[in-house]
Amino acid sequence: MAITDIKEYAHLTTEDVEALGRELDQIRAEFEESLGESDARYIRNTIRFQRSLEFGSRAVLFASWFPPAWVLGTVGLGVAKIVENMEIGHNVIHGQWDWMNDPEIHSSTWEWDISDPAAHWKQTHNHMHHKYTNVVGLDPDVGYGLLRVTRDNRWTPFNLGNPIYNFILAALFEYGVAIQHLELGKVAAGKKDREEFEELRAEVLKKIAKQIGKDYVLFPALTGPAFLTTLAANFTANVIRNFWSNAIIFCGHFPDGAEKFTKEQYRNETPAEWYLRQMLGSANFKAGPIMRFMSGNLCYQIEHHLFPDMPSNRLKDIAARVEALADKYDLPYTTGSFPKMYLQTWRTIAKLALPDRYLTATRDDAPETNSELKFRIRGGLKDTFAGIDPVTGARRGLRSAMNATKKQRGIVPAIRKLIGRPATPAESVRALQAA
Amino acid sequence: MKFKDLARWLEEPIEGVPALENRRLNAVRGFFARLTTPLIPDDYLHLVNPLWSARELRGRVVEVRPETADSATLVIKPGWGFRFDYQPGQFVGIGLHINGRWHWRSYSLISPPARDEGVISIAVKAMPEGFLSTHLVGGVKPGTIVRLAAPQGDFTLTEPPPEKILFVTAGSGITPVVGMLRTLARRDEIADIAHIHSARRSDDIMFRAELSGYEERAGYQLHLQLTTEDGKFMPEMLDEHFPDWREREVWACGPQALLDNLEVYMEEQGRAGHLHVERFTINRTANAGEGGTVKFRRSGKAVEVDGATTVLEAGEKVGVRMPFGCRMGICHTCVAELSEGFVRDLRSGRESNPGERVKTCVNTPAGNCTFEL
Ligand code: FES
Repeated sequence: MAITDIKEYAHLTTEDVEALGRELDQIRAEFEESLGESDARYIRNTIRFQRSLEFGSRAVLFASWFPPAWVLGTVGLGVAKIVENMEIGHNVIHGQWDWMNDPEIHSSTWEWDISDPAAHWKQTHNHMHHKYTNVVGLDPDVGYGLLRVTRDNRWTPFNLGNPIYNFILAALFEYGVAIQHLELGKVAAGKKDREEFEELRAEVLKKIAKQIGKDYVLFPALTGPAFLTTLAANFTANVIRNFWSNAIIFCGHFPDGAEKFTKEQYRNETPAEWYLRQMLGSANFKAGPIMRFMSGNLCYQIEHHLFPDMPSNRLKDIAARVEALADKYDLPYTTGSFPKMYLQTWRTIAKLALPDRYLTATRDDAPETNSELKFRIRGGLKDTFAGIDPVTGARRGLRSAMNATKKQRGIVPAIRKLIGRPATPAESVRALQAA
Repeated sequence: MKFKDLARWLEEPIEGVPALENRRLNAVRGFFARLTTPLIPDDYLHLVNPLWSARELRGRVVEVRPETADSATLVIKPGWGFRFDYQPGQFVGIGLHINGRWHWRSYSLISPPARDEGVISIAVKAMPEGFLSTHLVGGVKPGTIVRLAAPQGDFTLTEPPPEKILFVTAGSGITPVVGMLRTLARRDEIADIAHIHSARRSDDIMFRAELSGYEERAGYQLHLQLTTEDGKFMPEMLDEHFPDWREREVWACGPQALLDNLEVYMEEQGRAGHLHVERFTINRTANAGEGGTVKFRRSGKAVEVDGATTVLEAGEKVGVRMPFGCRMGICHTCVAELSEGFVRDLRSGRESNPGERVKTCVNTPAGNCTFEL
C-alpha cells in the first residue's frame, strides 16, 4: 500500500524534514524577491511569439490545398496551440504571472485555447491535483478516473482495456480534461448535486462549442475552396497538441519513482511534509532549451510542484538548488530522458491492465509505487541505511537504501525462472525475505 | 432576423469587454472574436500598436511638463475606448509599468473634457513616501505606455455651476480645482469665484502662472496662504478674506486636518449642505476597527496589527505576496477571501463576514481574522 508515513519512507527524522522545508522556503523567498523586468519581458515575448505563430499558420492554411502549405500550416498551428496551452495557459492560470499585477496576464482573467474552461481547471488542477498530489483517492489526476496507474487501485475486468483507454485519452486529451471537473463517476453514483452538475456541464459545452465552431466551422469556411484541407489541418493540429500535452503531463507523475501516498499520510501532514511529498511524487525529464519551452517548463515538474506559482522561466535555476538539496538529504531526484520517462508510463499502464497475480512486484515494492513496508520487509535495511555513514561521514537515506534494494532486485526474476512460473506477490515477498 | 438581432448576435462574444463607441466597428470586432476565441481581436491588434485595444484602456504619455520642483503635468493621449465625457474634478487611475510590475494610483484630471484635442492631463506631485508619484514626476519619458482606469469620482461642479463659488485648496489638493477652473474658463463661465489656496512657500505653488492669469480677469479672486510665513489656514479666517463666503457653494480639497476643520466649521455655521470635499487619503481614524491578529492561511504567516492597519499592509509587513492595485478601494485587484473572522471597511465602516471576498487595501481587522492568501 502506498506511502503511509513519509518520514519513515524517506529515512528522515522530524527535524530533518522541517529543516528541508525551511531550505525550500528560503529558495522560494529568494526567487520571489528577484522577479523583475526581465521575467515580465519573457512572458510578454512568449505571448507575442505565440500569437504571431498562430496568426501566420492560419494565414498559410488559406493555401492548404497545396500540400507543403498544409504541412507548414498544420505544424505551425500545432506548435502554437502547444505553446498556448503549456507555457502560457497552464502557467498563467497557476498565477505564475500575477505578481506583475497585469490584468491581461492574470490568473483571474485568463482563458485558454482548449475545451476546458479555465475556472474548472483552477479547481481540478490548481486546487485538487496540486494540493493532494498523488494521494490515492484524493488526487483526480491519479489515473484520471479511467486508467489504472498504480497497484494501489484494485483491479477490475474493466482495466483490461488500460492501454487502449490511454491511447484514446491521449488523442482526446482536451476533452478528457474538460470533463474532469464534472466528476461523471460521482454523477453516475448519484453522489453529486444535480443542479451543480448541470451548470458545470453547460459551461463545458459552451466552451467546447466555441472551440469547435472556430476550428471546424469558421476558419475552414473562411478559407473557402480550401475548406476541407483547412478542417483537416485544424483537426490534426488539435490532435498533435493533445498527444503532446498528455505525454508531458503523464511524464510528471507516472514514471517509475514518482511515489503514491495514502490518505493517512495526507491527514497529518505538516507543510514541510507537503514539500517532501511533492518532491517524491513528481518526476522531471531532461530537456534542452526547445524542449523546455515546448513542455511549458514541465520538464521541471518537481520544482513546479514545490512552487506552483513560480514563473516557469525560473524553474531551471530552481532545479539546480532542489537537486542539491536532494543530494544533501540523500533523497531520490527522479529524472531521465523524455523517451525513457514516457515509455515507463506506457509500460506501467500496459502492465496494470493485468490483475496483480500476474505481476511480480507487490504494492509495497513496485516500480510505480513503494511504501515504507518495502524496507521493513527487507529486514533491517532501514536501520542499515539511515543516518550518517561512519566511514565517509555522508548522510545515508532513502536514495542509498533504494540503490541497495535495486541491486537485490535481480533475485526475483532468478527465482521465477527457478520455479518455472510467474511468482505471486506473496511468493515474491517470501523470496525477498529469504534474500 | 432583424438588424438589431443580428447586431446583438455579432456583439455577443465580446460581452463583458468595454465596447467601442462605433457600433458597426464593434460588431465587426464581435465577428472576429468568434475566430480568435478565447481571445478577442484587440489581443492581437495591441501587439502591433499598444493603443489599439479597448479591452483595457491605455494611453501614451506625450508630454511631461514640470510645474514646480517636485511636481509635473503629464499629458496623455488615450487609446481606443476612452470616453471624453468626464466631469471636471474627477480623477483617473493610472497604471505604470516599473520593473516588471504594474503600479496603480489615481490622479485628478486637470484637462477640460474636450474630445477635439484627444489628450488628457493630470498633475502629479512627488510625495516623499510615494514611490510611484516620484517616478511619474522624475522618470517618465514621453512615449511611455500607461494603463488607464475610466474617470470617476463625485467631486464635481453642479451643472450649471452656481453663481458664487468658493474653492478651498491646499498643496496638491489644487489639482481637481484647476480642472474645474480650466473648464469654466474655456466655457467663459467664471462668474464669481473666491479661492483660498495654501502652500508652504511661494515656490511650492502649483500652477502659479495660470492662477495669476485668472486673477487678471473679472470674477476670480485668490488668497494665497503661505503657511511657513502666515501660519496655517483656519476656517475662521474666511470672514476676513471673503466676508460673503456664506453665500457661496464650497469645494474643498487638501489634507485631512483642513477638511475636518472645514467640515466642523461649516456645520456650526449652518452651511453643511453646501460643502463638497475630496479626500485624497482615506481617513483611518473615523471608522477604524479594533485590530487583531491577521492570519494568512496559505502562506502560513500571521501578524498582529492595530485597527488602523489594513489587511494589505499587514500582509506586506510579514512578506505575504499580496496582490494590490490602487490601494484606495477602487480597482479590485486586491480582492481576497476572508475565511474566518471579521473585517471592517475603513471608508464605510461596513463589516464583512467569513466567506466574503473583500478588498484588502481598505479593510482592517475587527478582531482576529484569517485570509486565504
Ligand atoms: S488595491 Fe485596491 S481595490 Fe485594491
